Amino acid sequence: MDKTLQKDPAKKIGAAIAVCLIAALYIFLILLDNVLPANGFTLMLIPVLKKGAIYSLICVSMNLLNGFTGLFSLGQAGFLLVGAYAYAIFAIPSDQHAAVYQYFDGGAIGFSIPEALAKVLGENAGAFLGAVICIILAGLVAAVFAALIGIPVLRLKSDYLAIATLGFAEIIRAIFQWNGVGPVTNGSNMLRKYTSFSAIKIGEIKLATAFPFFIAMICIGLIVLLINSSYGRAFKAVRDDEVAAEAMGISLFKHKMLSFVISSFFAGVGGALLAMYQTTIQANAFKSAMTYEILLIVVIGGIGSVSGSCIASFLYIACNEWWLRFLDSGGVTLFGKEITVPFFRDGFRKVVFSVIIMVIVLFFSRGIMGDKELSFAGLVRKLRKKKTAEAAEGGAGK
Amino acid sequence: MSNTDIVLHVENVTMQFGGVMAVNDLSLDVPKGKIIALIGPNGAGKTTAFNCITGVYEPTNGLVEFCGLPMVRNHPRGKMKKLYQGEHADLYTHDPAIAPSPDKITELGIARTFQNIRLWKSMTVFDNVLTAKHMRAKQNVFSATFRANAKEEKRMRDETEALLAEQDLLQYRDELATSLPYGLQRRLEIARALATSPKLLLLDEPAAGMNPQETHELAQFIQQIQEKYDLTVFLIEHHMDLVMQISDYIYVIDFGSEIAQGVPQEIQNNQRVIDAYLGVSEE
Amino acid sequence: MSAFFQANLPYLLSGISVGGQYALIAIGYTMVYGILRLINFAHGDVFMVAGLVMVYATTAMPMYLSIPLVLIVTVVLGFTIERVAYKPLRSAPRMSVMISAIGVSYLLQNCALYFTGGLPQMYPTIPWLSDSVTIGPATTKVVTLVTPFLVLVLVIALVRFIQKTKIGMAMRAVSRDFETSQLMGIKINSVISMTFVIGCFLAAVGSLLYFTNYPSVVPTSGAMPGLKAFVAAVFGGIGSIPGAVIGAFLIGICENIIKGLGSNWTVFSDAFTFVLLIIVLLVKPTGIFGEKATDKV
Repeated sequence: MDKTLQKDPAKKIGAAIAVCLIAALYIFLILLDNVLPANGFTLMLIPVLKKGAIYSLICVSMNLLNGFTGLFSLGQAGFLLVGAYAYAIFAIPSDQHAAVYQYFDGGAIGFSIPEALAKVLGENAGAFLGAVICIILAGLVAAVFAALIGIPVLRLKSDYLAIATLGFAEIIRAIFQWNGVGPVTNGSNMLRKYTSFSAIKIGEIKLATAFPFFIAMICIGLIVLLINSSYGRAFKAVRDDEVAAEAMGISLFKHKMLSFVISSFFAGVGGALLAMYQTTIQANAFKSAMTYEILLIVVIGGIGSVSGSCIASFLYIACNEWWLRFLDSGGVTLFGKEITVPFFRDGFRKVVFSVIIMVIVLFFSRGIMGDKELSFAGLVRKLRKKKTAEAAEGGAGK
Repeated sequence: MSNTDIVLHVENVTMQFGGVMAVNDLSLDVPKGKIIALIGPNGAGKTTAFNCITGVYEPTNGLVEFCGLPMVRNHPRGKMKKLYQGEHADLYTHDPAIAPSPDKITELGIARTFQNIRLWKSMTVFDNVLTAKHMRAKQNVFSATFRANAKEEKRMRDETEALLAEQDLLQYRDELATSLPYGLQRRLEIARALATSPKLLLLDEPAAGMNPQETHELAQFIQQIQEKYDLTVFLIEHHMDLVMQISDYIYVIDFGSEIAQGVPQEIQNNQRVIDAYLGVSEE
Repeated sequence: MSAFFQANLPYLLSGISVGGQYALIAIGYTMVYGILRLINFAHGDVFMVAGLVMVYATTAMPMYLSIPLVLIVTVVLGFTIERVAYKPLRSAPRMSVMISAIGVSYLLQNCALYFTGGLPQMYPTIPWLSDSVTIGPATTKVVTLVTPFLVLVLVIALVRFIQKTKIGMAMRAVSRDFETSQLMGIKINSVISMTFVIGCFLAAVGSLLYFTNYPSVVPTSGAMPGLKAFVAAVFGGIGSIPGAVIGAFLIGICENIIKGLGSNWTVFSDAFTFVLLIIVLLVKPTGIFGEKATDKV
């Protein structure tokens, strides 16, 4: 298989196209942050890009669990919360502790990782590296939570697993809001003042938009590598037929646990990025509705497709925060004319959204991509086939 | 026969569901390098016996040894203490119960196929076989993700390719496993079981749904792989032709209990077996 | 002892009352799960919609018309949801149906958000039910006292309905074995519709009682009671109606007792339910009255 693929020119061309596109994307993102003027268009585009990248990672992490391992887990919001909090707690500068933890005498944690690094490496490098370390830490803390929760929960089947993970997410939310751990989590009050995207720079170059893309891309890349490895195949085997998988020597518990922990790690990273994006976080926002939203994006993209999840994330975020905003605003401006539409008002966008989602669930249950992946190699192959077909039609023979 | 020649030793295995005795005090031996058959009418408890051996069920009582070492052992516990209707209830009580999960048993060297084919339906023929090699690989999740196991992965792929070529399945390698015709799916399931490098192969009705021609080919195929891989084969079957043609020794069960054992000729002429299959006519 | 009792009586009373209201929702969950093996995530939102309909109905018509209207609208809504969102997926994998249920829940919440404009809607005062009564040291509303008795009456009626009538018998058959019942000529679709109709009727009654204790309805009002009622159904053994009722009372009482422990523990009154759920799932996944199902290999 490897031999044939290495010789496959389509794969090479596809890889080249992908590298070029990624390079172009990063150049564009850096220009967007630093050079391009802030007008109405870029002001809408930047948040959509940031949030889209973050949601891509979150949705892919959920897809790893639900789509590739067949574990119907509804605990994603809980792990996002853990990740977001772990990030924020370690990234709040120590001189801000008194202000943030005002009800808890400045809190129990007296240090901040980006701050400590900034003293050694200088401000920008410290913020950058500190943020990265805190993000990894966030992932690890979420993974530890997942490992603990997984021990009891992963023995359960389908819908019982769903409801138990949902329950754990709610328990996590309650614990984080509990005043008993307030010196660490700030109880039900919000955490703020930690390192956010705007602090991420190299020299004078701002990376506020490129940074979430960078982290999300690395993480999604890792997930794709995992999915295409021997372990990924074992996950799919567990999804397709547990009994057969076990009979072929694949330990169900071990592989479910791996998938659960890895998915939660990346959810934790996603939570950390979300915290950076929002600049303030509060446990109360991480309700089961958030998990449902992520699940629905995964369904729109196609359960079992990484590229589908990414496309759906950007589409969803763009529609939600930008393109369909007009549905909430009372009217549309078409060709310079204001047209008021009677039922366009606050909340209509969400109704339209839910209807679209229901239509997809009921009539296009495979979503945008089904379980296929978008690949440039595939596109190149298709184009070539077309070309050779045309050539054949032209009477050139073979 | 010395103990090391016995690959699988089943001793007094009883499986009781509530008040139903699915397998009752079953004892049998599968010697190395032989093809042994377990036959019996529908619902006799053959598949349940298989499931007890492969760890899908924990037998209520009894012992299973693999290559001379105890692999599964249990005695009536908890609620079953009172409910148990079988024999030898006190035989295994002083030893701790052992109940490995199916994957552990496969790791020891027992592979199986299923009565109603259980291939991984979203995977290609190639991936079905390749995935069964996952267990024997030395990689961990990090080395696999970061491709540090490239050598091993390549070896697994080459072996898979060779295995498929040998089973005449190579031409279908990139097709979905479930798109194959029925007979080939059966063969693929056997190939997948072989990929786990077993010592003992358990076949659950391998000829189910096959016509006489296919059944005949299957019989030859089973004998071939048995010789080639130095396997021991233990099979459940309904097709008497197949069983009589390839088995070295046959156990017959009905209503969970053994009613006869012997070489094919003995079984063919055994009145109890004939009665069990055809029913006893009322006078 | 009596001091403890005096201090906790109000919590105990409201626990029994809330428990009864959960019970009415839980029956809908447990019946649907028993027949379709589906966690109907939208059920809690149907309950919320019933509350909103009441809010809007009372602004336009007198109480004696509003209440029947609420019951009818809720039942029709439940029936429609089943026909539109679940029926087309009857042969699809269970996960798809569950996703569809989550989609319906999302849709109902967003529609509610749209119609209410995101503002909490004042729940009307239902005469008599909202009146205050004093029992010993506790002052409470009449609804608190009425709920357990009403629940009991409705449950007895329902159990008799399922045991005695032809459609009740069909329901039991379908929950036992879906395919075979279909082969035996039971009209599956009408049985399923009937299940949703009964479940939604009870949820509507539950919403009348539940929201009387609360000042207002918001689009997410249904989510938590819905989840708790589902936990109650699991606790009692999913598919079992008496089990769901007992589970619901237990959860209602426990969470209110926790509220009584002091403000530091209030955050756990919701989480407690889920702790209970997880313990039940791990120790006895089939619940108190559930039956064990085995997979055939």
